[in-house]
Amino acid sequence: MQRPVLEVRNLAVEFGAGAGRVRAVDDVSFEVNPGETLAIVGESGSGKSVTALSLLRLVPTPPGRFCSGEILFEGEDLLKASDAAIRCIRGNRIAMIFQEPMSSLNPALTVGLQIAEPLQLHGRLPWARAFDKARELLTRVRIPDAARRVNTHPHQFSGGMRQRAMIAMALACKPNLIIADEPTTALDVTVQAQILSLLKDLTKETNAALILITHDLGVVARYADRVCVMYAGRVVESGSAQDIYANPRHPYTLGLMASIPRLDQDAVDRLTPIEGQPPDLAALPKGCAFEPRCRYAMDRCRDERPTLEHEGGRHYRACFANVAC
Amino acid sequence: MAGADSVLRVRDLKVHFPVHDGVLIRRQTGSVKAVDGVSFEVGRSETLGLVGESGCGKSTTGLAILRMTPLTEGRIEFEGQDISHLSVRRMRPLRKRLQMVYQDPYGSLNPRMKVGDLIGEPLVIHGVAGDQDAYRARIQELLRLVGLRPEMAERYPHEFSGGQRQRISIARAVALNPTLVLCDEPVSALDVSIQAQVINLFQELQERLGLSYLFIAHDLAVVRHVSHRIAVMYLGRIVEVAPRDLLYRAPLHPYTRGLLAAAPLPDPSAERSRAHEEIVGEPPSVVNPPSGCHFHPRCPMAMPVCAQRAPELTAAATGHAVACHLHDPSRALDIAASGLAA
Ligand SMILES: Nc1ncnc2c1ncn2[C@@H]1O[C@H](COP(=O)(O)OP(=O)(O)O)[C@@H](O)[C@H]1O
Ligand SMILES: Nc1ncnc2c1ncn2[C@@H]1O[C@H](COP(=O)(O)OP(=O)(O)O)[C@@H](O)[C@H]1O
Ligand SMILES: [Mg+2]
Ligand SMILES: [Mg+2]
Repeated sequence: MQRPVLEVRNLAVEFGAGAGRVRAVDDVSFEVNPGETLAIVGESGSGKSVTALSLLRLVPTPPGRFCSGEILFEGEDLLKASDAAIRCIRGNRIAMIFQEPMSSLNPALTVGLQIAEPLQLHGRLPWARAFDKARELLTRVRIPDAARRVNTHPHQFSGGMRQRAMIAMALACKPNLIIADEPTTALDVTVQAQILSLLKDLTKETNAALILITHDLGVVARYADRVCVMYAGRVVESGSAQDIYANPRHPYTLGLMASIPRLDQDAVDRLTPIEGQPPDLAALPKGCAFEPRCRYAMDRCRDERPTLEHEGGRHYRACFANVAC
Repeated sequence: MAGADSVLRVRDLKVHFPVHDGVLIRRQTGSVKAVDGVSFEVGRSETLGLVGESGCGKSTTGLAILRMTPLTEGRIEFEGQDISHLSVRRMRPLRKRLQMVYQDPYGSLNPRMKVGDLIGEPLVIHGVAGDQDAYRARIQELLRLVGLRPEMAERYPHEFSGGQRQRISIARAVALNPTLVLCDEPVSALDVSIQAQVINLFQELQERLGLSYLFIAHDLAVVRHVSHRIAVMYLGRIVEVAPRDLLYRAPLHPYTRGLLAAAPLPDPSAERSRAHEEIVGEPPSVVNPPSGCHFHPRCPMAMPVCAQRAPELTAAATGHAVACHLHDPSRALDIAASGLAA
């Protein structure tokens, strides 16, 4: 067994106070190994982005609060690390890619300069070398005409090319962990396919771990080795992608699978949605957050919150019910 | 499906927007050919899906049909009447039977109006609200029809989730018993569990009220599920039209094939065994589209003719039409000779 790059244990993050208090991330645990792609999947508001931001301590505090947990990166607890240590890890040993590349690109600087900067800073390369490296990286992320593009500004790039530039920047310092939060949600499907296979290829080459956050079950199936399914701030099921799709064991995962229209099958008469409305984090029930929408709910589910239990292999789920599929 | 009983007929629709430069003296330097010669029909109680990547002209097509954007050329017939040149005012009586639902359930509802009044507004505008009792009864009926509770009439839009707000928009759209509803990405902003609820509602209403839909979306799986027939757009033109299952089982246009290959399937085993042939590059700008077939710079099958001449949309089989030189019967010989047909 290789050692995980990252182990998250019982992480909890809250926002607000009093009646408006929400626990955006609640008792979340997972791990990622080198070279592995872990997908975190869930609907909007389920706590995916807060989880991702927590890993680099990028959650604004206040209003955010880390309530408990450990984030072990190569054995070191990032929640206890000094600000200086975190700054040194960010963009260097852990890189992050966001949905909207313009939020992390500086419109006033050329793309080359922005890629070269961390190389010069963390990698201690002289500027000229860092700049050569930036050009190499742009070629590696398959930006056509990289030698010229390196001197242009981000707004001269298309959406897909900006995301390629972000990947180049993320890879610059050879991180051991890349966190990509909905990196292709704003892109068209043909460009999405290009970007995600690029990301997958490059992480495979460098044996980096990839945490891929998405709400798209197709993306998970194509790119992930392992999956965490989140609902209302908690991981409700996790396992290998093969297992989760072939043998989903949590009623929410089952519900998601039944809800999606299929591209690969003749149309059915009607979809089978999950009934009810998404959960209100500020007013969660005492028991399982999914209970009000669950077809398998029992009395116990109303009183007690299930925790993630081992189901066999690397499969875990948080549910009391006996789910037949 | 379409034919004599078509509700909507669009012929050679073109919508070009002028592009200007200069600050003091504005000169037209070109045009954005957002929609560039599009033809299709929507039959009674039929759903025609319109798919394509962003910027290909789907929304503009919808706006042109609603006469909310001027058309450059072409003809639009709604229930047999030529509406191509109707003003907004002359369009108004027809709008009872021609309604729309947009993507954004947040932006399209006035936050200061109660849900009941939002749903009743079309009845008032068109003078069919009747007396207070009839008006109230109709609102209650509409709320039930879209799966909301009658007492919700007294609440405001912000008290509802995204899926419920989309139900409110749908209730507004069907309040006047329309024949055709233009739906522009109506479920794109919704999470999958809620998306399925709203898709089912669209289908139930179609069965109960005999509605026709022009269903615009970029999600290929959603479109396969809701549509009877599907038209695929690329840079202002329709490149392929077919009955839904045929389009997915036997796509002919290289762009349709590429789109389908790019979309990931929710099935890891299938994904592992599937070839991921990528369409290269990104959709080019509509301001300066490629010559000939707009898709040729990205097409793995492109031939010299593709850069020279735009292929016409021609029938390949019953109900299946494609605009591609590879499938042009008059070119079959040249293609066979160059070995591309194999
Ligand atoms: N800056 C913030 N201030 C207050 N609450 C927040 C903030 N960021 C996130 N939240 C809360 O955390 C919840 C989870 O958010 P997020 O992780 O962004 O969801 P996801 O990425 O799964 O869509 C939100 O519903 C919201 O209630
Ligand atoms: N009012 C307008 N003026 C100029 N260009 C426009 C206008 N409306 C749309 N366009 C352009 O027309 C093209 C098609 O847009 P649209 O119909 O919104 O595409 P879609 O809905 O398929 O994403 C885009 O390139 C868009 O920028
Ligand atoms: Mg998010
Ligand atoms: Mg649009």
